[in-house]
Amino acid sequence: MTEWKETEENKSVLVELLYQLADDNFIHAHRGSEWLGLAPHIEEDVAFSSINQDTMGHAVMYYRLLEELGEGKIDDLSHMRDFSEYRNAIILEEKNGPGEYTEQPDYDWAFTVIRHLFYDTAKKIRLDSMKQSSYEPLAVTARKIVTEQYYHLLHWQLWFKQLMQSTDEARSRMEAAIERVWRDFGGVLTLGPNGGKMAEAGLVEGEELLRKRWLNRIEGLFAEVNMSMPEEAPGMAKGNGRKGEHTEDLPEAINTLAEVYKSDKDAVSW
Amino acid sequence: MNEKHKERKIRQALESVTDPELPCINIVDLGMLDIVEVRGGNVEIQLLPTFSGCPALDLIKNDVVSAVRKAAAEVDGIEDVDVRFVYHPPWTTDRISPQGRENLKEYGVSPPPADHKEGEPWKVDCPYCGSAYTTMENIFGPTACRSILYCQSCKNPFEAMKPVANM
Repeated sequence: MTEWKETEENKSVLVELLYQLADDNFIHAHRGSEWLGLAPHIEEDVAFSSINQDTMGHAVMYYRLLEELGEGKIDDLSHMRDFSEYRNAIILEEKNGPGEYTEQPDYDWAFTVIRHLFYDTAKKIRLDSMKQSSYEPLAVTARKIVTEQYYHLLHWQLWFKQLMQSTDEARSRMEAAIERVWRDFGGVLTLGPNGGKMAEAGLVEGEELLRKRWLNRIEGLFAEVNMSMPEEAPGMAKGNGRKGEHTEDLPEAINTLAEVYKSDKDAVSW
Repeated sequence: MNEKHKERKIRQALESVTDPELPCINIVDLGMLDIVEVRGGNVEIQLLPTFSGCPALDLIKNDVVSAVRKAAAEVDGIEDVDVRFVYHPPWTTDRISPQGRENLKEYGVSPPPADHKEGEPWKVDCPYCGSAYTTMENIFGPTACRSILYCQSCKNPFEAMKPVANM
């Protein structure tokens, strides 16, 4: 890729990309953590907790890069921004299912498996691209994260293959989840209004190329379980989170996450 | 005492710092210690985190600072210590020393294969009886860096450290 040039414009698209990466991982780790104690069995509870812990660690790494660029304190960046400033994809902020974590959570495991499989596949493709990023701190971060991502991807592929080839009920729930996640997954695959400039600056390859790789990968996984690809491209039915558009599920999540921090900033110190 | 000598002293002192989640192995044998640099009265220490979400990092950092302060009593002219976590090079399991691998095994955690490549099958021997007749129960274990296995020979459950390779 091209060499990094420290211009005002390049720095501004770098910051924009880092917010997308940080917020995606942050909200995704949170939704995952809300399965704690509710996962289908104890082994999954153990595995999923590890995955969420790693993913939250990835969010921290990206927020730290933002802190180093003068965007503010890492805990403020994650907890205190206006909801419209979050740049995560909408599909990642959606609740795990009906109910609340503390009250009758009737969460949807098929939705979770598909959302995680699709997201972690896209994440791996983006990381592989950013390993050659022109911005060296981002390349270093990607190389670190990718060592862990390997295990996450294995995990969701295993669930996907097993449930897609299990009972009729499992299959139909999984197909319904694919349809639902597909409608909004375009929000993960896009790099937002300035995606082209990010590619020009050599931060990451172009959105179209990455999207094609993702579709190829998913097509391969679908073929293994005799599933045909949807005809339409992955959409953004509920809006584009990269432009700050969100559903009411985002404030719900951030308010839960930030409740302690907002009431006492010292409470997070060791 | 010249700076190289001071650095050696500090490295030695850091052999007393262990990972609180794996108290059998110190951070030097674990391969977490990358750079120790003494410049005048300053020591700069760069550590490589194992897993990025590891909750023990802050504790390890504090223990490193205390260990250096303690060593500073014997090493003249050390006034300030700066500990940083860096991600380059990424920590990989081939950084674990032969001694570290022995210590893990004694603790009941099988060390990862020394030269693992992405996607390769991963064979783990039982740390108790040495049998290769083991099954993976859960790739994810009680901490981010460990997996849970079962030995079909001596019928013991055990843990193994996940291989992490440069990818």
